Amino acid sequence: MTELADTASAPAPSLSTRFEVVPIVLFAAFAAAPLFATYSGAEGYVLSLLTRVMIFGIAAMALDLILGYGALVSFGHAAFLGIGGYAVGILATHGIEDALIQIPVALVASALFALVTGAISLRTKGVYFIMITLAFGQMLYFLATSLAAYGGDDGMTLSSRSLVAGSRILKSDFAFYWMCLICLLGAYAFSRSVVASRFGRVLRGTRENAIRMEAIGFQPFRFQLAAYVISGMMAGLAGCLLANQAEFVSPAFMTWQRSGELIFMVVLGGLGSLHGAIIGAAAFLLLEEFLPEILHGVSFFLAEETRAHLAENWKMVFGPLLILIVLFVRGGIMGLLRRPRHG
Amino acid sequence: MAEPLLELRNLRKAYGALVVTDDVSLAVQPGELHAIIGPNGAGKTTLIHQISGTLRSDSGSVLFAGQDVTSLSMPQRVGRGLARSFQITSILPGFSALENVALAVQARSGSSFRFFGNASQEKALNQPAMDCLQQAGLGARAHIPSGLLSHGEKRQLELAIGLATEPKLLLLDEPLAGTGHDESQRVVETLRRLKGRLTIVLIEHDMEAVFSLADRVSVLVYGRVIATDTPGRIRANPEVRAAYLGEEEMV
Ligand SMILES: Nc1ncnc2c1ncn2[C@@H]1O[C@H](COP(=O)(O)OP(=O)(O)OP(=O)(O)O)[C@@H](O)[C@H]1O
Ligand SMILES: [Mg+2]
Repeated sequence: MTELADTASAPAPSLSTRFEVVPIVLFAAFAAAPLFATYSGAEGYVLSLLTRVMIFGIAAMALDLILGYGALVSFGHAAFLGIGGYAVGILATHGIEDALIQIPVALVASALFALVTGAISLRTKGVYFIMITLAFGQMLYFLATSLAAYGGDDGMTLSSRSLVAGSRILKSDFAFYWMCLICLLGAYAFSRSVVASRFGRVLRGTRENAIRMEAIGFQPFRFQLAAYVISGMMAGLAGCLLANQAEFVSPAFMTWQRSGELIFMVVLGGLGSLHGAIIGAAAFLLLEEFLPEILHGVSFFLAEETRAHLAENWKMVFGPLLILIVLFVRGGIMGLLRRPRHG
Repeated sequence: MAEPLLELRNLRKAYGALVVTDDVSLAVQPGELHAIIGPNGAGKTTLIHQISGTLRSDSGSVLFAGQDVTSLSMPQRVGRGLARSFQITSILPGFSALENVALAVQARSGSSFRFFGNASQEKALNQPAMDCLQQAGLGARAHIPSGLLSHGEKRQLELAIGLATEPKLLLLDEPLAGTGHDESQRVVETLRRLKGRLTIVLIEHDMEAVFSLADRVSVLVYGRVIATDTPGRIRANPEVRAAYLGEEEMV
């Protein structure tokens, strides 16, 4: 109720500009990070970690587009990471190593998969939608494990990163970092535009009240399907980047756990605030990375043996921690940033 | 007599053994304000659902502007100019009143597959939306999130949204339900102004409003139309009086 009261007292335009500082700070931090990486002494490590953060940021943002703005809980979005990854991997094994071909192919493949599975899934609602997207995701997962020519269960190692117009520029971790940042920025700008556009307004309206939208003449299905395709393509792009980052592709790209993680990132960051999804992805990956050390550090009062134990079994803390954050920080991290004083 | 704008032919709808719409045939003339009255549970809302396409009929047909629209979906019927409001307010609570209406304007003003440009700043959508809000007496509240409007204001918003779809015929399901006296007066005034410009099917329990606004009145009891006539003759109809006995005082 306080939330509603807040929006009532504040005129609409300033409401949207007030929080612009968050994305600016976020992207400035990503832009400045390579500098920090150079001085950290662990350049490769920092760069690769942050590159992963950005890639998952793109994927989480893609999911946020339909989950946060369309209330469509896709539990199979990792499939698109797989499609992007395998497009790069499969084309590379056939000698097509240029990103200028790989990425368009990945986007088209993602779009087709989204179009077909979306057209079927979107006929259902609620839990059924969740289950059917999960089923499609699993279908693709098992397909990948059965691709013996492309590594089957084990996946395949890429001989190198993709070329860009014949040049090996992405070999440099810095160059690849910048490419990911540009993709992230592009995806963010595009998503922002989509959300505010006529199209996005129909999508948001449908989330609030589908019957009302039909009663003024919209056919929600078309808009939801288009959003699903856009989201799938964006996640497919993230898949291309992920394959290049890891220089490896495997069915593990598209496990249902991965789909679940994407949902978690979006909810963690705060539904329906694009940059929130990026922050959610960052929080998730960084926690995953540093929780063992953090646990070891904060448990200084315990016996050394217990501390080691705790750090080793950090996942036992990770899960409940995420659940607590989601339960008690309504609106995710963006919710916290919005109301820093009176939470 | 001119060709009716809306014609219902032997419409039927049953929930299991409960027949809610029982062989309803009705003709609404262009430009008229046609009221449908009837006791609670008579099947008025169900009939609106069937006319608007919210609900499929078991049998019978709906003709609109001379064409059979029975198999069309609700959005398609809206496209033909057949709009409705809801008895239980149905709005987009997170959107401002203006945006609720602007979306309805957007629905019929070209493609909504536009991914660029801020829709909420589009003058071409906001201007007509503002006009509709003003017609419904809600101009001053345009920028309030609609979830925060009072109950009566939400009813006015329903009306404004309906107007914004530029319908030929507007189906109104109890626009006065639960409104205070002032708000109710405002809605009645709005309807009076719309009358003649727009064909209206009005469902309403407020008999005073019905008899002062309607050109013709149909009485629905247990899913059947027992009478269709001018307000004066309906009031005098003994069958109608019997149906209402113990229900409500006829004015
Ligand atoms: N989905 C449903 N399933 C079963 N019965 C229903 C359903 N919807 C409505 N009914 C029944 O159909 C009958 C007519 O309902 P309807 O809402 O059309 O009446 P109404 O004339 O609009 O009443 P009111 O004046 O109270 O709004 C009622 O007896 C109601 O209980
Ligand atoms: Mg009713």
